[in-house]
Amino acid sequence: MGGKQNIISLAVFIVVAAGFPWILPSEYYISILILSGITAIAVVGLNLLLGFAGQISLGHAAFFGISAYTSAILTTNYGFPVLAGIICGIFLSAIVAFLIGMPALKLKALSLAMATLGFGLIVYIFMNETITLTGGPSGFVGIPRFNIMGYDFYSDLAYYYLVASSLTVVIIISLNLINSRAGRALKAIHSSENAARVMGINVHRYKLFVFVLSAVFAALAGGLYAHYLSFVAPSAFGFHASLQLIVMAILGGMSSVWGGVIGALFLTSMPEFLRIYEELETILYGLILILCMMFMPQGLAGGLGKLAGYVSGKLFRRGLK
Amino acid sequence: MNKDAALLKCSDIYVRFGGVMALSGVSFQAEKNSISALIGPNGAGKTTLLNVITGMISQSEGSIEFKSRDLSSIAAHIRSQEGMIRTFQNLEVFAHMSVLENVMTGAHNRYKYTVLDSILKTPKYFARERQCRDAALEKLKFVGLEKERDLPALDLPYGKQRLLELARAICGDPALILLDEPAAGLNSRETRTLGEVIAAIRQDFGITVVLVEHDMELVMSISDQITVLNFGQVIAKGTPRDIQNNPEVIEAYLGSDD
Amino acid sequence: MDLGSILQYLVSGLTVGSTYGLTALGFTIIFNATRVINFAQGEFVMLGGMLAVFFAGALNLGVFPAVLLAVSCTTLVGVCMERLTIRPVQGANVVNIIIITIGVSIFIRGVVMLFLGKDTFSLPPFFGTEALEFFGAMIIPQSIWILLITMLVLVGLRTYFNKTIFGKAMLACSFEQKAAHLVGISVDRMIMLSFAISALVGSIGGVILTPITLTSYDVGIMLGLKGFAACILGGLGNPFGAAAGGLIIGVLESFGAGFISSAYKDAFAFIILLVILFVKPSGIFGRADIERV
Ligand SMILES: Nc1ncnc2c1ncn2[C@@H]1O[C@H](COP(=O)(O)OP(=O)(O)O)[C@@H](O)[C@H]1O
Ligand SMILES: [Mg+2]
Repeated sequence: MGGKQNIISLAVFIVVAAGFPWILPSEYYISILILSGITAIAVVGLNLLLGFAGQISLGHAAFFGISAYTSAILTTNYGFPVLAGIICGIFLSAIVAFLIGMPALKLKALSLAMATLGFGLIVYIFMNETITLTGGPSGFVGIPRFNIMGYDFYSDLAYYYLVASSLTVVIIISLNLINSRAGRALKAIHSSENAARVMGINVHRYKLFVFVLSAVFAALAGGLYAHYLSFVAPSAFGFHASLQLIVMAILGGMSSVWGGVIGALFLTSMPEFLRIYEELETILYGLILILCMMFMPQGLAGGLGKLAGYVSGKLFRRGLK
Repeated sequence: MNKDAALLKCSDIYVRFGGVMALSGVSFQAEKNSISALIGPNGAGKTTLLNVITGMISQSEGSIEFKSRDLSSIAAHIRSQEGMIRTFQNLEVFAHMSVLENVMTGAHNRYKYTVLDSILKTPKYFARERQCRDAALEKLKFVGLEKERDLPALDLPYGKQRLLELARAICGDPALILLDEPAAGLNSRETRTLGEVIAAIRQDFGITVVLVEHDMELVMSISDQITVLNFGQVIAKGTPRDIQNNPEVIEAYLGSDD
Repeated sequence: MDLGSILQYLVSGLTVGSTYGLTALGFTIIFNATRVINFAQGEFVMLGGMLAVFFAGALNLGVFPAVLLAVSCTTLVGVCMERLTIRPVQGANVVNIIIITIGVSIFIRGVVMLFLGKDTFSLPPFFGTEALEFFGAMIIPQSIWILLITMLVLVGLRTYFNKTIFGKAMLACSFEQKAAHLVGISVDRMIMLSFAISALVGSIGGVILTPITLTSYDVGIMLGLKGFAACILGGLGNPFGAAAGGLIIGVLESFGAGFISSAYKDAFAFIILLVILFVKPSGIFGRADIERV
């Protein structure tokens, strides 16, 4: 069942995540890490839906955005405590996910892609046009930093640890879920819906469950995002953002929870490094995407896993001799 | 034989696909603890009947009664929970799960715990998972796949995937199991083993079996009752001996197909 | 709500809808050959317009030579895309191929941005600028050109698929690749052809619309989405449905903009689309297949 393997990789992750800020040359990189971590929370959730249950959502950034705006508006305009704002945002996203998932998850593959894409665009258009509420295309400013019981997470380092621990919780929940009855049901649905039904699995209910759960994770990420940047604008929640989440999940590797983390880290930080090429940034980004998929069909996690297997295999065999 | 002994009773089933009448007025029943075979040439409507019984497609007319309860318009997963589980003609193993996980999935509704239990890893989670695992291992041993338990199901050879589907189906502890051409693609040695396994399923677990099969030797050797379908209609019913000597069957099926 | 304005909205809807329809047609042709949704389809449409602008301006060509050159170049891009990124990964997971097409679309956008810049460009209309009055609606000649050319493309494709040996071979591939291969059809070549035709049709859609709506390096994203919506709406895999779906979305949008609010016109179109999908999942012109078990 890989339980031991999970514990080892989790321990490695926690050590690396805790030590990361101390080996980075500047504060600036911490902010990239924070954004990567926030994105990773959403991608890990999306991967439960896409990689494990095999259901696509091309509008996931909408859940990210609904929660970010909800929390931003409630805390800034109505004086809600930040934690309450985030919780409300998560709740609203979950309800919207439930309502849209209800009919949409009855659709097959590409129709589902279209339905979720359409939903995402509708939300995006409303974010742009309801100017009195959201500030419109120019965005919503002055959102308070995350604080809890009087402690402000003002330093980036503090915020980094907040995000890293949230991500760790999300990863643990996902790992535990996958190694359970519900996880097997999701994987079964991915392989064969008919066989899953024959095993007594309520296919629609499980799809809806994982859809709402992944929306909840995206919403958590949205809340952390809004209260970090103190500014949100619709452009972060449009089709491009949804596509980005999908690409991260697939590029990272859909068959493991870690794929989402690796994909998010890789694709969030890569543009920062490509930035020095200025004009060529977009071209290189596209090129890297193409090449990765052509030569690493299992994604980065798959590639790394193979590498790890190869190395440990070598070591082990040498040890035997 | 009293009437209540029928575990499954389909009456007057009609199914139409566009212009094709796949089933027209088929009635079929399976007595408790029997092995009932369903035979007929390709395209006769055997798979379609299994689909209707298990709720994969809905009939345009007719009713399905199981354990004396009308299930005619009940969702497939509920029929499964009520105790009817099937296998598929075109194998539907969960390709990317391990062999053991496949069989554990079969017991989805037998060892229940909530999502919260699994996220918090409560004692209930561990207890139920262990029970589920033990049950699955027992079924794997029963079909002779215990060595392959950690392989991805995809990596099993064809014949073993068939056995895996069988193990997965019985792990749900059904009252009725419906097998769609379980011997297709098996060699004669594998087919004999399969026959023994099917007989044991009834013997050891008390599961009623509906068997769709082309392999006449297998059908004749283990069935109590045989129903013959042709062009979506029942053309004969009886014991293996009756069927072997029925001229209409010989013409429609045995004569033309083999 | 007089007849004139209704007619006006209808015509402008059909005009934009033609481009959506041609984009959708491109999606459908590649989907039928490969089961892949080509996310770079919108970039073909963008390339048609942008290259025409470039050839007309920088090379000082007339509109017609520029248009022809732009369409040919885009077709070539389609072929190159297939040879360089799709054929090498033959047999790969559909999801992976879709990500590759996303990569290609980002790449093409990046190249266009690098060489042609981020500005918005216009193209002179093909013939005539004087609007005609028709029952109180003002109709510009370009609209008529767009509808005519779209019709022509549809008729041409129909003839191609029904009458020519290549067209029939492509149809055969879309039904059953293995069988097509067995009867000696080169599936590789058919897939390449499908990319060529998709790029051709898409770039025509892009170039005919440019005189009306202007163009820039990033118009492909929205056009691609509308085209995708159109082919799902029409019933995926059905070329006629795709074209019709495009026209329907164009008209919905146009009426939404006219009678509700121009800010929400896209939202309006997508809401209708969702409702249709939820009521009839196989699309307006799609047949609901019962999945074989
Ligand atoms: N999903 C479907 N769509 C259209 N026709 C079908 C479908 N499933 C089965 N059929 C048709 O119904 C008839 C019965 O098929 P089936 O039940 O599979 O036969 P059998 O299992 O006896 O070989 C055949 O003519 C077949 O072509
Ligand atoms: Mg059959």
